[in-house]
Amino acid sequence: MAEFIIRRALQALLVLLVMTLLVFFGVNVIGNPVYIFASSECDQACLTAIIEDLGLDRPIWQQYLTFLGNLLQGDLGKSFTHGIPALALIFERLPATLELAFAALVLALGAGLPLGIYAGLRPEGWGAKLIMAFSMVAFSLPVFWIGLIMILVFSVQLGWMPSVGRGETVDLGGLELSFLTLDGLHHLVMPALTLSLIMMAMVIRLARAGMREVLFSDYIKFARASGIRESRILGVHLLKNILIPIVTVLGMEFGGVIAFAVVVESIFSWPGVGKMLIDAIAVLDRPLIVAYLIFVVFMFVILNLLVDILYSVLDPRIRFGGQER
Amino acid sequence: MSGARPMAPAGSARDLAARFLADPGAALALAVFLGFCLLGFGAPLFAPQNPYDLTQVDILDSLMPPGSESFTGMTYWLGTDGQGRDMLSAMLYGIRISLIVGLLSGLLALAFGTLVGLTAAYRRGWVDTLLMRIVDLQLSFPTILVALILLVILGRGVDKIIFALVVVQWAYFARTVRGVALVESAREYVDAARGLRLGGLRILFGHILPNCLPTMLVVGTMQMAMAISLEATLSFLGLGLPPTRPSLGLLIANGFDYLQSGRYWISVLPGLVLLAIIISANVLGDRLRDVLNPKL
Amino acid sequence: MAPVLDLKALNTGFFTAAGEIPALRDVSFSLGRGEILGLVGESGSGKSLTGFSITRLIAAPGRVTGGEVLLHGQDLLRLGPEAMRRVRGAKVAMIFQDPMMTLNPVLRIGTQIRDALLAHERLGRAEVRARAIAALDQVGIPSPEARLKAYPHQLSGGMRQRVAIAIALLHAPDLVIADEPTTALDVTIQGQILALVQRLCRERGTALIWISHDLSVVAGLADRIAVMYAGRIVEIGAVDDLLDDPAHPYTQGLIASVPTPGRRQARLAQIPGRMPALTDLPPGCAFAPRCPRAQAACEAMPAMTPAGEGRMARCLYPLTGGAA
Repeated sequence: MAEFIIRRALQALLVLLVMTLLVFFGVNVIGNPVYIFASSECDQACLTAIIEDLGLDRPIWQQYLTFLGNLLQGDLGKSFTHGIPALALIFERLPATLELAFAALVLALGAGLPLGIYAGLRPEGWGAKLIMAFSMVAFSLPVFWIGLIMILVFSVQLGWMPSVGRGETVDLGGLELSFLTLDGLHHLVMPALTLSLIMMAMVIRLARAGMREVLFSDYIKFARASGIRESRILGVHLLKNILIPIVTVLGMEFGGVIAFAVVVESIFSWPGVGKMLIDAIAVLDRPLIVAYLIFVVFMFVILNLLVDILYSVLDPRIRFGGQER
Repeated sequence: MSGARPMAPAGSARDLAARFLADPGAALALAVFLGFCLLGFGAPLFAPQNPYDLTQVDILDSLMPPGSESFTGMTYWLGTDGQGRDMLSAMLYGIRISLIVGLLSGLLALAFGTLVGLTAAYRRGWVDTLLMRIVDLQLSFPTILVALILLVILGRGVDKIIFALVVVQWAYFARTVRGVALVESAREYVDAARGLRLGGLRILFGHILPNCLPTMLVVGTMQMAMAISLEATLSFLGLGLPPTRPSLGLLIANGFDYLQSGRYWISVLPGLVLLAIIISANVLGDRLRDVLNPKL
Repeated sequence: MAPVLDLKALNTGFFTAAGEIPALRDVSFSLGRGEILGLVGESGSGKSLTGFSITRLIAAPGRVTGGEVLLHGQDLLRLGPEAMRRVRGAKVAMIFQDPMMTLNPVLRIGTQIRDALLAHERLGRAEVRARAIAALDQVGIPSPEARLKAYPHQLSGGMRQRVAIAIALLHAPDLVIADEPTTALDVTIQGQILALVQRLCRERGTALIWISHDLSVVAGLADRIAVMYAGRIVEIGAVDDLLDDPAHPYTQGLIASVPTPGRRQARLAQIPGRMPALTDLPPGCAFAPRCPRAQAACEAMPAMTPAGEGRMARCLYPLTGGAA
């Protein structure tokens, strides 16, 4: 187990290194680094100062090492518009995004799993057909369009739901959370639902496919032949088997959720890192943009690592390096 | 694919077309999609005004609901937007931009991905391993994230968004084409071609590639739908196309500000068109897969 | 003595768009306490389906369409779902062919035994553990305490099949249906499992239906043998009588195709042709097209008729017995 984790961690480190290389060269070779680190009001003298300050006259590999060194110390530069370190700003905004993403995850699993299992149990019924049609539509529709229609229907026409911001938050050990107040929860519902639809569609498909496969396996027949109650078979013997691919895919997609949060946050003015990015792009706060990119890549690679580990905990065949079925 | 369904006989194009259209949903989707292609590419012919020509746009006519009449007596069938542009005209031109971006990026990604996939399948060994590792790495990142990063670095522009879309799509094509090519190259007809001492490239392009076509067509249709959707999303965020070339996504974004005040048409109408295009393309892809039955 | 199991004219079919495909027809036999019946036939003959029909675990679109399955005189086909569940595992247990597939890959052995125990009894944690250890011990699994924590893939095929047998015997059922449980195992392990099941059933007076395509496996194990062909039993009788002196030409063909040490030099006999598909059965004797003794009368379905003491055969021109 330890060896497995170390091996995966090393792989993740390698990917991270490659990604910093890509972002660094993307910024320095494709774009002009001076413009990324200079504010839009910078004059010629200021530009020269920045070039020297950044060491852009040095060979590119030296620049990369400096960049990497700063990165390791958590130094991603200062935001122009806010005047504080970019990383601090990201961490200030992150709880809102994570709350939104987790709420979406909970919704996707909470609704998608039962729907998918139902569709797998009775694949010929009209209920299953309806569920699968819903999953197809939810999967192919652009996220921003769904959010837009929700605002139009539930906020503008019906006036039931607020469409802007987080509402009242509660400070919990330094984390501002919305879902603990009624007002916050009220604000959370629409963005979270919008963000969850793609994942929900995926969970439905995976759960249905898993059911179709596991339902006819010998071990389920054997469990039935042993007289084990249907609720126990469904809730434990089947569920544990179909959860493995679902957890893997959800884990891999969680990075995508953080990325799609950019869209949802800007529609619902949810004050997370995604909204921050779009605002930063609008005012060309370049250090903040670069910091966001590096940060998201970091988070994504680490998430993938965690998923691998979680997957191995769920699936004993992998945990013990056992042979394939 | 389901084993119960008999393999598609090597039918003529007419056979395939007949079977494709046997499904009324698919026929409708095809009609819708082709209709929008016609409207989009013929936009200068159909549009009552040229929305890019500022002399034709009157700011006094802004935010008029559908069916309103302009000062000059022209009817805005679908209303006007914040700058007084005729929504119908803006949407027709928007369809054109969205379709061009979707089709072009899809075709370029298809060409590049196919080249990589065929190379991997043909060369095998370390070339294959290296290329597929890159594909895996690429696919492990969410498409929207990669596109977002690229556009933040590159800035706005038609060429830039097409580049970004190609980057996020090529890997899908590369992986599927490689898979099919590997299966095909293990078949008897390839052995037969080798027996005839045909050159490797000739086998690759003359024999293996044509057999990858059904798969490429199916994946291509689906990817095009995805590209259109992604372009709209990025444009909605203000990252994709420049404001001078408003695609459907940008039109929706422009209208978003007016949504709260109940002026729904500016956002909702282009949104419905976008929806129709994406869903019809998806249905087309689904039906193509059923009819062509490629080994996906 | 009243039989443990009495199967009467069991019919099972698969329902497709094209209509019902007859998979089992007129399957009847009975089984006394502690008796071992070998159910023999080619794949597709309906032998496994007979087992699943008894426990009512046929997957859709299959369905039992007629007959009776009497367990101690009670018709299982008339039980409700919950009553049927209480029969499965407690009174009738099953063991499957492939030990790699019968245990849930993501649940510990201990969990799987516990679930099977708690399905029929109310037990505390300590009792569950004690019973599980005892059950594993009984089937000859070394250091059973440690095995409770193991996952199936950590055990060998033979060990997994022992675990499955332990689970099947947890509640001392009256009847065990074993569906080719040794086919997927090495020959040496096969012998061990065979001996184990035989011993455990004899000790407890458990009736056993041993389903196999291999006549030689059944020969050393069973008290009686039933031979199935195309969804029907064609011959049933005591193992020695049936093997020494088969009445049905198909049984004779089966026996002749088993290699024996004494006949090393002789060429193995083969039955010409193959079993007809269930969708394409002749109205009469299904074996007639391959049968050397078939005559015009075989185009009508022969009934099971006595062919010697305690023996029945579905043949108009049997090789031995009363009708000869």
